[in-house]
Amino acid sequence: MSIRLQNIGKHFDAGRQRTQALEPVNLDIHDGELIGLLGPSGSGKTTLLRIIAGLESADPDSGARILFGDRDVTQVHVRDRRIGFVFQHYALFRHMTVFDNVAFGLTVLPRKQRPTTGEIRARVHRLLEMVQLEPLANRYPAQLSGGQQQRVSLARALALRPDVLLLDEPFGALDAKVRQDLRRWLRHLHDELGFTSIFVTHDQEEALELSDRVAVMSNGRIEQIDTPDAVYKAPANRFVFEFLGDVNHLEGEVRDGVLTCGEARLSASLPDGPEELLLRPHEVRLAPAPTPEARLPVTVTAISPVGAEVRVELAADWLGEPWLATVRHADYERLDLTRGQRLFVIPRRWHRFNAETTQRRQAMTA
Amino acid sequence: MQRIGDAPAVRRTLVAAALLLAALFLLLPLVAIFAQAFAQGVGVFWSNVSDHYTLRAIGLTLFITALTIPVCLVFGVALAWLVTRFSFPGRRVLQTLIDIPFAVSPVVAGLVYLLLYGRNGWLGGWLDGHDIQLMFAWPGILMVTIFVTCPFVARELIPLMQAQGSREEEAAVTLGAPGWTIFRRVTLPNIRWALLYGVILTNARAVGEFGAVSVVSGAIRGQTNTLPLHLEQLYQDYNTVGAFASAALLALIALLTLAAKATLEWRAARQEAHP
Amino acid sequence: MSIRALPFAIGRAPKRVLPGFGLSLGVSLLFVSLVLLLPMTGLFGQLAGLSLAEYWAIISDGRVVASYTVTIGAAAVAALVNAAFGLLLAWVLVRYEFPGKRLLDALMDLPFALPTAVAGITLATLYSSNGWMGRLLEPLGLQVAYTWVGIALAMAFTSIPFVVRTVQPVLEDLPVEVDEAALTLGASDGSAFRRVILPHLWPALVTGTGLAFVRSLGEFGAIIFIAGNMPYETEITALMIFVRLQEYDYAGASAIASVVLFVSLALLLAINIWQGRFIKRLHGGRG
Repeated sequence: MSIRLQNIGKHFDAGRQRTQALEPVNLDIHDGELIGLLGPSGSGKTTLLRIIAGLESADPDSGARILFGDRDVTQVHVRDRRIGFVFQHYALFRHMTVFDNVAFGLTVLPRKQRPTTGEIRARVHRLLEMVQLEPLANRYPAQLSGGQQQRVSLARALALRPDVLLLDEPFGALDAKVRQDLRRWLRHLHDELGFTSIFVTHDQEEALELSDRVAVMSNGRIEQIDTPDAVYKAPANRFVFEFLGDVNHLEGEVRDGVLTCGEARLSASLPDGPEELLLRPHEVRLAPAPTPEARLPVTVTAISPVGAEVRVELAADWLGEPWLATVRHADYERLDLTRGQRLFVIPRRWHRFNAETTQRRQAMTA
Repeated sequence: MQRIGDAPAVRRTLVAAALLLAALFLLLPLVAIFAQAFAQGVGVFWSNVSDHYTLRAIGLTLFITALTIPVCLVFGVALAWLVTRFSFPGRRVLQTLIDIPFAVSPVVAGLVYLLLYGRNGWLGGWLDGHDIQLMFAWPGILMVTIFVTCPFVARELIPLMQAQGSREEEAAVTLGAPGWTIFRRVTLPNIRWALLYGVILTNARAVGEFGAVSVVSGAIRGQTNTLPLHLEQLYQDYNTVGAFASAALLALIALLTLAAKATLEWRAARQEAHP
Repeated sequence: MSIRALPFAIGRAPKRVLPGFGLSLGVSLLFVSLVLLLPMTGLFGQLAGLSLAEYWAIISDGRVVASYTVTIGAAAVAALVNAAFGLLLAWVLVRYEFPGKRLLDALMDLPFALPTAVAGITLATLYSSNGWMGRLLEPLGLQVAYTWVGIALAMAFTSIPFVVRTVQPVLEDLPVEVDEAALTLGASDGSAFRRVILPHLWPALVTGTGLAFVRSLGEFGAIIFIAGNMPYETEITALMIFVRLQEYDYAGASAIASVVLFVSLALLLAINIWQGRFIKRLHGGRG
């Protein structure tokens, strides 16, 4: 089922203060798509999700409309929207067994639509099988681990075969390993059952790994919506770029095609004036000597050789904040990096966003 | 935000029902007390209040209350400190024991004291031999009042002190503070409002205790009559306005108690919001 | 036996980080012994003087049995009425905003703050045939004063805060997601309340109602004025004890008091145990 959002805005009044939680948002989600709403806390992503669910209502004055397929659900109460909702802290009913939790939605259907007890039982057991929790049907939520509880919560949300599945930070309360497993498992389930899903997360990795498309949000706005690859490679603006990963800043003055910052120099064909360039850690190459284009002397302050790449922290007088570089293990050994070593940075590429936050990218080879 | 029962019709019906019931059931009696007390004008009310026996009853009530509060305070603080700061065998039992006065009928409470300290009791007989009379005199009233009011301070303090934990006190110990200083400088500031609330509740109950006191007082007018007993006598003598004059005084104390409680809760809520 | 074997032995004091163990233990034990436990010996002493047959004769006397029936019946009605009324009040106070809410909240404690004798004479006056309420109700054929209805009313008045104040905090702590989860699963207000909210409140509601019931069983001051105190009809058990005392029948008073005491303590214990079990289930024990 496709979802169409038109002019969905939301503000909260607290005393005399008016906070705009969501500036009017338009969004089209295709049938069967898995969309990630990504943003820092306070960016309005959860508010947007809750409005889609019907748990909050959008500001009425802005002509807000929510369409599920052809059905206008703007004024439809949450209980009649036919959505499945998964809460961050699972929100399982503590006094009910796993079975009763999953069966709840079916047992509160109006008598005419309610399946027979036998059918309910069969359906709940199928769902529990699907989330691999059948042996635990008679347990209470308090007897389950966080990951198991979230799977019960998902089975409960799917019991009514909703058109739309909404997940609010579904893995936020779980530890890293369980998150990883559940993520894969959710993707698998989504592809198998073919529902339309929207999930909220503040974790870039999670959003990029799981979604068909990612909507990056900040300050109540959707900054960019695109495939994970496009969002990462072609960020619409500086916020998106900075939010999606570690960033190194280089601020300086450009004159005659050379950017100067203290003792650091970098050739850059840019107009004269103050400039700020941004570099990802993997776009920073380390070398024992400068090149004619770049002379950026740094000192190694910390080395963390854990993981696929070596993370190297760099400092220099001309740097406000330390830089981070990721180096392949082979390079790490070749350069024989040690703390306190003096090296030169050779940028592989850099990025630049002007004040109007319109996109403008530059690349250079080194 | 959507919650269960948010529909305006449901909300209005339930609020209206609650307000109506509360008005009939709780507010109306309160209004009636003052209406009855002033039924024959302020002058009659005043002469009833300033009646010799009423004044004596007020005096005795205040005297008993003034003695009860410090005793309950010391016990409440000691018990709360004991059960929230230490673990030892019998802790749960002790915590359960202090609930006894809540569960026991006040008449039964009065009776057990009468049986022990009365002339026929094993202790009372011995005291009688030494010419000490506790029952049907103010010491008896004091004893049963302490019995029925002793849980209040402890009951207010224990949940609070349990929630606060003993980290701050332990920190004070590591800084070398002596015991009494720890209590005064670290614990007391954290529990002062709960302590005050406990005292207010103790006060309200001590002033108004009826069942237990009526068993042990003997109700000698002008001597062992507390204010609640005095109003009972007036009421039985068909002096309704006189009875309600005393009732109005007691109701006033109750209202002050409610106001104090509301203020303390408001303070606590504000402190939580802006620590 | 060495001093170390004693559970409260001073020899173990160094293990305790905080000071004041000995002092607070001493004060607490002294107080509990002198104020709470010692007086009970008087009751048992008195009872020891009775043979089993005499004891049984006293507590199974017709008038006394009638007083049990009146007391328990009225207390049960009062507790059930309070369960419904208290639940409504707690719900309204927690879930809705309306003018006068803070006043209503403060008013909830009135029955605890108001001396029982004051409540007693006020209710008796209000519901007597020429009182404000009595004048309204009697033409409708509802006689409250001097009947068991009046007793139940007085009991309900003095014990309503138990239900409100035990349910209220539990309702406040109920996370909003519980409501939302039920709503997203399509539950109507009615079924969501019955299937989801009520089970959460159930322990508190039963505890509060139980405490209200125990309190009502022992209530004296608020009831005697409105009850009429007709033997076999509107005489409560607490009054029976009082009557026996006025007849200087200490043995009789003690026997009846022991029944009241035993029932109250047993109920209190039962409430505690039941509550403990329920809580255990919600926090991970096997149901």
